Amino acid sequence: MSESLLINICIVILFLPLLGFTTVVFLGKRIPKLYLFEVAILGIALLLSIIVAYVKLSIYNTKDIVAAFTWITMGNAPSPGVINIELGFKIDNITVLMLFVVNLISFLVHVFSIEYMRGDKLYTRYFAYLGIFTFSMLGIVLTHNLLMMYIFWELVGLSSYLLIGFWYEKKSASDAAKKAFIVNRIGDIGMFAGILILFTQYKTFTFDVIYQQIAAGNIPFGSNAWLTAAGILIFMGAVGKSAQFPLHVWLPDAMEGPTPVSALIHAATMVAAGVYLVVRIFVMLTADAMLVIAVVGAFTSLVAATIALTQNDIKKVLAYSTVSQLGYMVMSLGVGAYAFAFFHLITHAFFKACLFLGSGSVIHSMHHEQDIRNLGGLRKKMPITYYTFLISTLAISGVPLFSGFLSKDGILAGTLAFGKLTGHWLIPIIGFTVAGLTAFYMFRLVILTFHGEPRDQHKFDHAHESPFVMSAPLVVLAVLSIFIWYTPNPIGAADGWVIKNWIKTPAQVVPNETRFDFMKPSTEEAKAEIHGEVVHSVEYTETMHWAHYPAMFLSLAVAGLGILFAFMFYQWKKLNADKLAEKIKPLYNFSLNKWFLDELYDMTAIAGTLSFSSILAWFDNKIVDGIVNGSATVTRFVSKMSNLFDTFVVDGFVNFTAFFSGFVGLSFRRLQTGKVQTYIVFVIFAIIILLMFFKPF
Amino acid sequence: MLHVGLTHFLIISAVLFSLGIYGIVTRKNAVMVLMGIELVLNSANINFIAFSKYGNFGLGGQVIALFVIILAAAEAAIALAIVLNIYKTFSNVNVDEIDHLKE
Repeated sequence: MSESLLINICIVILFLPLLGFTTVVFLGKRIPKLYLFEVAILGIALLLSIIVAYVKLSIYNTKDIVAAFTWITMGNAPSPGVINIELGFKIDNITVLMLFVVNLISFLVHVFSIEYMRGDKLYTRYFAYLGIFTFSMLGIVLTHNLLMMYIFWELVGLSSYLLIGFWYEKKSASDAAKKAFIVNRIGDIGMFAGILILFTQYKTFTFDVIYQQIAAGNIPFGSNAWLTAAGILIFMGAVGKSAQFPLHVWLPDAMEGPTPVSALIHAATMVAAGVYLVVRIFVMLTADAMLVIAVVGAFTSLVAATIALTQNDIKKVLAYSTVSQLGYMVMSLGVGAYAFAFFHLITHAFFKACLFLGSGSVIHSMHHEQDIRNLGGLRKKMPITYYTFLISTLAISGVPLFSGFLSKDGILAGTLAFGKLTGHWLIPIIGFTVAGLTAFYMFRLVILTFHGEPRDQHKFDHAHESPFVMSAPLVVLAVLSIFIWYTPNPIGAADGWVIKNWIKTPAQVVPNETRFDFMKPSTEEAKAEIHGEVVHSVEYTETMHWAHYPAMFLSLAVAGLGILFAFMFYQWKKLNADKLAEKIKPLYNFSLNKWFLDELYDMTAIAGTLSFSSILAWFDNKIVDGIVNGSATVTRFVSKMSNLFDTFVVDGFVNFTAFFSGFVGLSFRRLQTGKVQTYIVFVIFAIIILLMFFKPF
Repeated sequence: MLHVGLTHFLIISAVLFSLGIYGIVTRKNAVMVLMGIELVLNSANINFIAFSKYGNFGLGGQVIALFVIILAAAEAAIALAIVLNIYKTFSNVNVDEIDHLKE
């Protein structure tokens, strides 16, 4: 398969969901069955993306395929020269992997939604929204420049807004949609500023050109601080979209949307876009920027994990676990474990989508009961949902034989190596703590939902296993959460094809003095020893080897402890959770109320904005309106004067003209008698006069 | 001996034309107006034939005269039909009173 064909297939993949969106949105009212067309289109896109991924990974494994065209040419001033803004695709290994993940989950969610959303009055429009979301997400994945990335970034923000507020009659849903939109905007401002710093310096948005320039020593405004700033500012976009602290508050509220949407957008794909962005800009991150990213990620994962411990809404627990896992990925990028971060993105997408769809299945069969205190004992009623949910939970908790263990283990080893090499030991400590907490709260969720005795007998009696179109996606996703798809060795991700062959950590391009020591290229001899891999220094590679087993045993130990405590508290009732909560009431309330962050924002940012707005309103009312009213008075006076002029001078002239015309008309109308014979006389006289004047003879 | 030439024919033709126009302009009855038109057409016919005889135009003038006669017949048919319709509408054929064109 030639490269151009590959590019063309990618273009088709990108625009298929847009075609689905336009068709469904314009014709959906007349042909309600069109949602099937949208589902079919996603199926085709999935098939094509599998082909693309296979071809790319097998034939062009080490080659990046770029296709671009000039969109806008502007400027001819001599100093900046002509600026060409390009649009285009860059297809490398992570692109095709993301392409596959996004299309697969989107397709499964489409299928799941057929049953889950049945009977909704905006049924077809829901599928249209899913289509526009998939289109925007694929745009982010395929782009080769920051501008297109930004455009599609905002498009996914829009589709997220539409889908969170899908049940917009509910006030909580429309509020959550607005919150998501506004909070994301805060992050996007930073991203925009970061893009502009790069654009001012390099006059281009294209990733590869920018990186070549940086590698050639051309850094923004000649200062490393600007490079760091650009990295952190673009990362701000990821903070918003990937729900990192302090902008994570929108994601749990986003669970007001339909559950399949939560699975698709707010767990598996869109929120991973932030991580994907950081992956894309990874090579231009300086050590300072990476430290900021690592700290933000670590703190986010800790905050979210502690909040998830006490939540009682099944979707809220999953939402906070998503935030926590996203924090993991971001932290992993910050500590330089690039490959494992992206690997975790993939594995997390599968098991988290499975968890969310599983919760959707539970909610569907329990008639929209989401409180885990009212669930329980569903294991026998819903075996497929239970076992898929359990497999995903084992994966997210980091139990061997499942995908989550591989990627999490890699991330933890990365943090451990980072701690050893730089002395920032807090990051690995947080990492391992969060691993334990994750195992605990996920098993709390499983036990409370599926084990034990039913707590709401009435609803339990009506519960039933979900139909085939809902359980099939669960099974597919659960199967993908098993290790065998990623590596033949269940305890060593590095032996598998994903890490060894597909995801290659790119070499940093930032100046040497701004890198971490372990990101500097090593001496020639050392390079030869590790077969030319110069991405990390030799010490880093060695430290990673050293960290492999300690990280694995430690993570196993904390995950095992977490699972054990979960069983002690909720299954065997050896320990009483309520009593413990009573004992540490302040801490419990702190966690239950989400660290009081919403209240804090209400008091500071929102109250501040409101009071600033009221000052502006006063300014508007008194001063701006005063000016406006004053000018209105002046205008009125001038109008009066010109009115007088109009009435007497202009109108007088006009009326005179009219009168004169009327007078002339009156005199001439005598001529028009209506008698043909008179006219003939006129004609004859006219002819005679003409003949006399022109004398044709 | 008086020689009859082109001029005489033209004079007769002019007299007929003028009489026709006079009739068209002065008669009140629509049928009379039509007869005036007929005179005008025939004056033209005389012109054609005279030029055909005295000029260098061959038989073209006579052919056109035949056409004019046919045309006059057709025109008379249509015009009389119009006059009949006018009579049906206004109950008379007095062209002085039929001045609705004015409005």
